[in-house]
Amino acid sequence: MAVAAVKEYVGERKDVAANLPPGTQLTYVGWIDHLMFCAPFAFPLPSDMPFGAIVEAVLPEAFGAHPDFAKIDWSTVTWTKGRQPFTPDFSKSLADNGMKHKDSLTFSTPGLTGIKGSHS
Amino acid sequence: MTMTSEPTPAAKKKLGLKERYALMTRGLDWETTYQPMEKVFPYATYEGIKIHDWDAWQDPFRLTMDAYWKYQAEKEQKLYAIMDAFAQNNGHLGLTDARYLNSLKLFLTGVSPLEYMAHRGFAHVGRAMPGVGARVACQMQSLDELRHAQTQIHSMSNYNKLYDGFHSWRHMHDRVWYLSVPKSFFDDAITAGPFEFMIAIGFSFEYVLTNLLFVPFISGAAYNGDMGAMAFGFSAQSDESRHMTLGLEAIKFMLEQDPDNLPIVQRWIDKWFWRGYRVLTLVAMMLDYMLPKKVMSWKEAWEIYAEENGGALFADLARYGIRPPLGWQQACDDKEHLSHQAWSTFYQYQGAAPFHTWVPSPEDMAWEAEKYPNTFDQYYRPRFEYWAEQEAAGTRFNNATLPQLCQVCQIPMLFTEPGDPTRICYRESEYDGETYHTCSDGCQAIFDHEPEKYVQAWLPVHQIYQGHCFGPDADPTSPDFNPLLEVIKWYRMDVGTDNAPYEGSRDQENFQAWKAMQTKN
Ligand SMILES: [Fe+2]
Ligand SMILES: [Fe+2]
Repeated sequence: MAVAAVKEYVGERKDVAANLPPGTQLTYVGWIDHLMFCAPFAFPLPSDMPFGAIVEAVLPEAFGAHPDFAKIDWSTVTWTKGRQPFTPDFSKSLADNGMKHKDSLTFSTPGLTGIKGSHS
Repeated sequence: MTMTSEPTPAAKKKLGLKERYALMTRGLDWETTYQPMEKVFPYATYEGIKIHDWDAWQDPFRLTMDAYWKYQAEKEQKLYAIMDAFAQNNGHLGLTDARYLNSLKLFLTGVSPLEYMAHRGFAHVGRAMPGVGARVACQMQSLDELRHAQTQIHSMSNYNKLYDGFHSWRHMHDRVWYLSVPKSFFDDAITAGPFEFMIAIGFSFEYVLTNLLFVPFISGAAYNGDMGAMAFGFSAQSDESRHMTLGLEAIKFMLEQDPDNLPIVQRWIDKWFWRGYRVLTLVAMMLDYMLPKKVMSWKEAWEIYAEENGGALFADLARYGIRPPLGWQQACDDKEHLSHQAWSTFYQYQGAAPFHTWVPSPEDMAWEAEKYPNTFDQYYRPRFEYWAEQEAAGTRFNNATLPQLCQVCQIPMLFTEPGDPTRICYRESEYDGETYHTCSDGCQAIFDHEPEKYVQAWLPVHQIYQGHCFGPDADPTSPDFNPLLEVIKWYRMDVGTDNAPYEGSRDQENFQAWKAMQTKN
């Protein structure tokens, strides 16, 4: 539906990738069963960064405060992108993994269910 | 020009209320001839609402402007006498605890600026309405809202002399991440047409949800010894009942004027119930976590003011074909979770909030468990106890990574799936080649109906990443540039005082020291 208006209505898109530093895209990441982190995070990441760098360089700083983080066995982790199963290639870039600006990822860590199993 | 009313005969005897109302609100205008009426009232029809007879508008209070000034002046005199006495007698030392002040900081930064916006909104809408009865009612509400903003600011300014976090509320309202929630709510309403505004603010907010905002804050003030805030609450109360009546009259008037208005009005009710409910997330956590002496739980407040009162209202409106808003059931189910999820958020983002947070004490957690037997111990106690342990070990959990926000309500994506409190609720929409994320079915439906409006959202997290939230003296090229610290400075928070945890804060220290001076030598 269009916005009801007295004349033609055009909205300025505030969050296009071009408004970020060149070559940057936003990626959202949530950790399933770990709601101690109240919401998924938003990261501005270089599109040509290898996916593996998310796990090595981005997530530890964001999620490392959780006692479960150090226990993660990354070989068993499963991912989703836009709520669909997703199998990233760690050596390829975000762009080459088919990730676009404002994609939303989650990861599940089997066997880890948060503080005292409370999904926190 | 053609006058539409008869000349008024000289009043000999005192007029009755009904006659007075008729004289003061009817026949005050004319059919213009130099300009067509559509040009004089350019916003009256484009939303699709059809009005055939503006004279059918009835104000049950039948208040006229001359009487309005008199009543309001009397209330002001009483209010300022109480506020002055409270300030002169160091009333702040009668508070239950300095933690209480944080609910006032939340109110001053989040709600008082909305009172001012309501003043502007009703002035604008009053001008846009072709009927004089509606116009007079909007004019009074516009003045009420200006008075509410003023009295709130005056009453809370006393605390600004003594406590942290009260100084830059207006500046913060336009910038700070969580304040974009109430701000965007109101900006959405005043950029809508006049009829949508009446349903948004006049009906959905003032009628359906207002008790959930004001009763908790004003009772919270009363329970915690804050005479100043209590006094402005009582002074606003008679205005509020008039506002509720206006909101109800507005919706009934629209529905009675033309059957085509029903689907439009219903969609606005769906939208504005949900938007208002999302803003009330802040009230939920205030009730359950921020008041030292608690009034009632959010769940109890919701059951009384929404489920009982709101249920009766929608049963009454059913004769017009109106059903309860979409999202009503989800809001009822979420009453078990809302406050816990919200307080967890502010606790971990303490560094970016201009009020103090804390882990609930063991006694407070016992209260939560009693009020929330179905959810607190199972889902929320473990995280609070873990955070308490971390604090004791000197490693308080401070989340320094920016969250994903909902495109519509602008709240971090902290809400869980209906029926599953262990999963974040994610909704995605595609529009014009770009993905937009929302927190709920309610917010997604709002986005999908008017994507062109919501693509413009000023989302604080994205704005920070785009580099728009630093002061002029910040230098992003310098090697020791700390972006988050620069954002906090741009918010005008005094780093280390305004945004510190309550334990060890200057508010806590001063309050204890001043109380001791009052009772010891
Ligand atoms: Fe108000
Ligand atoms: Fe939302």
